[in-house]
Amino acid sequence: MDNKQKEQILRSSGVNVLKCMRCGKCTATCPNYEEMEYHPHEFVYMVEKGDLEKLMASQSIYRCLTCFACVERCPRGVEPAKLIEAVRLAAVHRQGENHIVPDDIPGMLDDDLPQQAIVSVFRKYTK
Amino acid sequence: MQVNQKEFEPVIAAFCCNWCSYAGADLSGTNRLSYPSNVKIIRVPCSCRVNPMFILRAFQRGADGVIICGCHPGDCHYTSGNYFTRRRMTLLFSMLDYLGIERDRTRVEWVSAAEGAKFAATMNDFTETVRKLGPNRRLEDLRCRKQ
Amino acid sequence: MRKIGVFVCHCGTNIAATVDVKAVAEALGHEPGVVVSCEYQYMCSESGQELIKDSIKKHGLTGVVICSCSPRMHENTFRKAAASAGLNPYLVEIANIREQCSWIHKDIASATEKAIILGKAAVAKIHLNTPLTAGESPVAKKALVIGGGIAGIQTALDIAEAGFEVDIVEKKPTIGGKMAQLDKTFPTLDCAACILTPKMVECAQNEKIHIYSYSEVTEVKGFVGSFNVTIKKKARFVDETKCTGCGLCTEKCPMKKVPNEFNMGFDNRSAVYIPFAQAVPKVAVIDPANCMMLKTGKCGVCSKVCTVGAIDYKQQDTYINETYGAIVVATGYDPIDLGKYDEFAYSQSPDVITSLELERLMNAAGPDGGTLLRPSDKKHPHTIVFVQCVGSRCDDSRGKPYCSKICCMYTAKHAMLIREKYPDTDVYVFYIDVRTPGKNFDEFYRRAVEQYNVHYIKGMVGKVEPKADGKLSVQASDLISREQLHIDADLVVLAAAIEPDKTARPLATMLTTQMDTNDFFTEAHPKLRPVESATAGIFLSGACQGPKDIPETVAQASAAASKAIGLLCKNSITCNPCVAHSDELMCNGCSSCEKVCPYGAITYINKEFTMPDRTVALRRVASVNPAVCQGCGACTVACPSGAMDLNGFSNSQIMAEVDAICK
Repeated sequence: MDNKQKEQILRSSGVNVLKCMRCGKCTATCPNYEEMEYHPHEFVYMVEKGDLEKLMASQSIYRCLTCFACVERCPRGVEPAKLIEAVRLAAVHRQGENHIVPDDIPGMLDDDLPQQAIVSVFRKYTK
Repeated sequence: MQVNQKEFEPVIAAFCCNWCSYAGADLSGTNRLSYPSNVKIIRVPCSCRVNPMFILRAFQRGADGVIICGCHPGDCHYTSGNYFTRRRMTLLFSMLDYLGIERDRTRVEWVSAAEGAKFAATMNDFTETVRKLGPNRRLEDLRCRKQ
Repeated sequence: MRKIGVFVCHCGTNIAATVDVKAVAEALGHEPGVVVSCEYQYMCSESGQELIKDSIKKHGLTGVVICSCSPRMHENTFRKAAASAGLNPYLVEIANIREQCSWIHKDIASATEKAIILGKAAVAKIHLNTPLTAGESPVAKKALVIGGGIAGIQTALDIAEAGFEVDIVEKKPTIGGKMAQLDKTFPTLDCAACILTPKMVECAQNEKIHIYSYSEVTEVKGFVGSFNVTIKKKARFVDETKCTGCGLCTEKCPMKKVPNEFNMGFDNRSAVYIPFAQAVPKVAVIDPANCMMLKTGKCGVCSKVCTVGAIDYKQQDTYINETYGAIVVATGYDPIDLGKYDEFAYSQSPDVITSLELERLMNAAGPDGGTLLRPSDKKHPHTIVFVQCVGSRCDDSRGKPYCSKICCMYTAKHAMLIREKYPDTDVYVFYIDVRTPGKNFDEFYRRAVEQYNVHYIKGMVGKVEPKADGKLSVQASDLISREQLHIDADLVVLAAAIEPDKTARPLATMLTTQMDTNDFFTEAHPKLRPVESATAGIFLSGACQGPKDIPETVAQASAAASKAIGLLCKNSITCNPCVAHSDELMCNGCSSCEKVCPYGAITYINKEFTMPDRTVALRRVASVNPAVCQGCGACTVACPSGAMDLNGFSNSQIMAEVDAICK
């Protein structure tokens, strides 16, 4: 699953994480460093390792300013900002997955629950 | 003379550059790595010595496959010879393809002096490929055929 | 028809076990032209060779085919045997029936059949072999060294030591190169000038060495053994033979505002100048771009004060023609231009400097007499930040993809020297990796950390911003403590990548030598022939071949010298006779061959031909220099008219082999 996710992120970002030589210039140049839990060079390394769950759950992906300073300064042309963008997109896509299975519904039912709510839950949390 | 399809033994001419591939072929011999006896090697100083004429001639004289082996790109003993080979053969092979000599009957392969195993594997593979294609009669000059 | 002898070797059981050698000898005996065909246990043995020699004499053989091991193994042995029996060695052909037949096949029938075919191919080829004689070309007993840095100096000294004449061509007014600008050298911290200047003086005093300073190579013709080189001696407007180097003219020159290149522009020099006190030759030179006399015709002070009358405003560029047996390239390196590195504010702040600039600032002969002061306000810097890999290991267009190799060590040296001299200074070094392979190198770097307390931080500087108070705000990452650091520095030193000198590329074209994509000269073999270029007679010394520190440069310089000496020791060079030649009657002068020749062995000459109608026509035809041609055969295929052919591997010979194999 993770591998597929990683490939998808690499493909949509067009970034080759293996080009990174771990110099940390991206992190050194990041203007929003203090706000981020994971920093640009960690992003690159975590994607390389396939450590995606932590990344996708992190607030960092929304705190990246997409200022492209890291892209501009990276001596190896790795483009971390594009990678962050791709992870963010993957996280957003995940929101559109099936989170409710119809078979589970009977167990959740409540007499006071309006039927409308069930319909709306399906609208929101399924594909 | 009728060619029996079952007993078809392809004739394969291999042009090998003196510095890499010929030495690679020697190495596969030294390591006793076998490849079919259909392959006969012609030594040339550099793969760029291989004139397209030689390949046409081989097909004319009844060869079923021709393979050219040279040093890896960047490793040419004469610094740039194999680049010429690559370009010339790309053109020649597409022309041969147009004439009806299947692409699989011709090949350029880079084999270094240390790649005896690769040489043997390449020759095994190439011979099998050509064997499957069957005899080449497209360019053969019947006047030259062995009596 | 040739009288051919076929000799089939058993090689003990190596061949005989899988190939029916008797059948091979029998079958080949029926080939056209074969007068004798026999087999023997070991052809390469003394008695085997005797057998061949006797047969040559007895049957008057004019061609010998030996079915044995690979020609890479014993071709020379058999050629020598044939030659001793009076047969031209190039009338010997080998059919490889061991490595390429008996050792790879297990079935006797098919192996024997293949051995016969290989033998037939060799017989078919030898019918078309021509006797070849290896030519000889003379060697001029003189070497040229291009570049007068430490590499060129060392090479020249070594060649001169061996008793050969050497000329050094240096484009600057003095020899010495980059090393003359350095302060101290790692890992021993001895002063660069103290170890270099004696060598420079030795060059000047050695009778075998001639220095062409302020000169450039403009044309190279010829080939190994006799390179014909044109050297341009740029006008220095000072008579070298008269000038005593007293320096009076430089003192009196009214034009004193020219940035001093030797001190990286940190101070000024006059328009007539001597680059530095220990310059060799110690002769003044007038910079025509800044001299009032040369620009406007009004001044002439230097001419008036010169007591020996050495100033000559009318001096012109002169050209010298010399013949050399060997050429050593020692063009060296330069730091890259950091103008594009805006993030480090190199162009914005005078306090952001390169390491080479720091060398001058710290040098006792530098602008501040060896006291380390900030260029902007001449105050002592208390916080210094070193940035590594600026432009090195870069995958973009601004930098270089390779490691510049010397930066880790010189930065450790700088940091150490600063901490020793000014213990109140905080020194930070931002590194990606510290690379210290070399004798005593890692110990040296550890000393900087452990003994001198230099702060080595794994990370990179992302931004340097000049602040209003004159400080430099440095924003950097510390990858180990997961922090972003903000340091207020007084001085930022950038370890700029190094690149080959700009003159290297045009020089390589002149010399027909190869370069890589970074403009470093390519060696003939990366491991086994590291100081020779692929072009015979041209050797590589120092950083023109790749980034190098001083010990490595000197080692390579001496190696290049020994290779050049080996060549110069010979009176003549034996050439490979298997070279290309052009049939002048067929050649149409199209230049196709000239373009593919990697050695520049083909030139075009205009030659008179008597045409069929008895008129005489001047035609442009290709001419191959057999001493330069290495026999690759690229030209033979490029030739559209079929005029080019290769000795030993001619079109007809290869065709004959193809026919024998395919029939």
